[in-house]
Amino acid sequence: MTPVQAIIAKELRSYFVSPVVYVVGAVFLLIVGLLAYLYLVFAGAQAIQLMQVQGSAQLNLNDLVFRNLFASMRFILLIILPILTMRLFAEERKLRTFEFLLTSPIGINEIVAGKFMSVFLVFLSLLGLTGLMPLMLALFSDFDWYPVLTGYLGLVLLGALFLSVGVLASALTENQIVAAFVSIGLLLVLWLLSGLGALLGDTVLGQAVSYLSFMEHYDHLVRGLVDTKDLVYFLSSLALMLFLSHRVVDSARWK
Amino acid sequence: MIEVQQITKRYGQHTALDRISFSVAKGEVLAFLGPNGAGKTTTMRILTCFMPATEGIARVAGFDCADQPMEVKRRIGYLPETPPVYQELTVTEYLQFVGRLRGLSGKVLTASIQREIERLGLGTVQRRLIGNLSRGYRQRVGLAQALLHDPPILILDEPTVGLDPKQIIEIRELIKNLAGTHSVILSTHILPEATAVCQRVVIISGGRIVAEDTPEQLSARLRQSEKISLILKAPAADTHSRLKAVSGVQNVFTSGDSGTFLLECELGRDVREEVARVAVTSGWGLLELKAISMTLEDVFLQLTRHEEGLGPDTATASVESTGQPV
Repeated sequence: MTPVQAIIAKELRSYFVSPVVYVVGAVFLLIVGLLAYLYLVFAGAQAIQLMQVQGSAQLNLNDLVFRNLFASMRFILLIILPILTMRLFAEERKLRTFEFLLTSPIGINEIVAGKFMSVFLVFLSLLGLTGLMPLMLALFSDFDWYPVLTGYLGLVLLGALFLSVGVLASALTENQIVAAFVSIGLLLVLWLLSGLGALLGDTVLGQAVSYLSFMEHYDHLVRGLVDTKDLVYFLSSLALMLFLSHRVVDSARWK
Repeated sequence: MIEVQQITKRYGQHTALDRISFSVAKGEVLAFLGPNGAGKTTTMRILTCFMPATEGIARVAGFDCADQPMEVKRRIGYLPETPPVYQELTVTEYLQFVGRLRGLSGKVLTASIQREIERLGLGTVQRRLIGNLSRGYRQRVGLAQALLHDPPILILDEPTVGLDPKQIIEIRELIKNLAGTHSVILSTHILPEATAVCQRVVIISGGRIVAEDTPEQLSARLRQSEKISLILKAPAADTHSRLKAVSGVQNVFTSGDSGTFLLECELGRDVREEVARVAVTSGWGLLELKAISMTLEDVFLQLTRHEEGLGPDTATASVESTGQPV
């Protein structure tokens, strides 16, 4: 077992021993389930209306259910993922195990990678459980799988970005609550940048500001558009956040 | 094995360590003594490559702490002030994690864990969560962690804190057994501990080394004369002058009229036999006769007190604030 694997195994064990993952997971699945139900009922009501007017109706589940659901999940992830990441470094510093980690013969990049991978795996398993919903819908209706799959790709990339911001925030402080709020704050700022970009209009600056926000990149994927530009955005911002975390952890020893 | 040359560490304006130099030979046990905030933990953190020194060179097993930290870390077992344990893991799981971080695996890992569990008496708690263990057990788990990969160098920050007296003796025995094959640096507040397990003592105060020697030599060096305390049941009027007449006695002090005398004698001469003979033949009723040797406590206080503003030379000594938690 390599050191990174050892860290992943240890972090997963810590996650599943504490109640946090169960509570967060239950709330996440409950809200996603409720939203999916609401959008479906809404779509059903629309279908009935159309039937009355036109006599027949072709329901588009992709537009009425999945796009709405993927849009809402951005916000759920923004609230929930910082709760998962907040303990990663803050707890180590609080409990004085930070010194132990940094005096172990492993690199800081291995520590950061191990911690990120562990929480990423937790996130993937939660996201995997929401996959039951499209699978069940597929039994009773007909819809286009392609945008659903790219939407999930978008969720995975968006989640990875959120988690890396959370890792960075956790490295900054020894207080878990502060870490959670810092990451929520950073993510909201990233979110609102798209609004600022729209305000600046179709100028170079406006486009640059919009590009910095995850909103348009995620929207493309939800609409079924896989563009290299968006993939580059997610992967490079993920790398940047993890690199910054590395620097913050490294600099924590100097104080 | 350990070589420290002119190490200085500054936190902003505050100087925590001021040009410290010392070395530890292979198989030697060195104690770090000093009041709180003297710089003991800072020195240890520099040696374990947790933080870099502002100036100076620290070398461990021939590797520079600043240039080759990985090589240094591989060869050191470190127990910080607070045992670095994860409460949500059991003792065995924790040691497995530690071993994997240090590149142990398979049979070697299992054997190492078994060895440390036996050595530190953790057998009965090995399947329990560390969060549910008492302070003493956590400290022992911390020690097991430091010893797990059998490093040639051990750095222990107050290893016996939180242990009960029986455990303290066991841990001291353990450290004594490590001497010879391992180089050990330990910091402590408890002076008899330094005397009991260490070949050499470094007394550090206000970020500077104020003394470095064996425990015996340190107390000898600071002793200007031999002192003897004497208690008599029925001292006579001429007792004072007759005691002073004993050859080798330089001064006699009486404390009140209770029959307690303090004799100051020439360095290196034991006058106890002669004093006893005089007392018995004169029928003074000898109750007690003992040599007063300076304990490490006295030495320690004498060397460090001016830093704390307790001694008479406070006015001339530079009293530094040591507010930094070190």
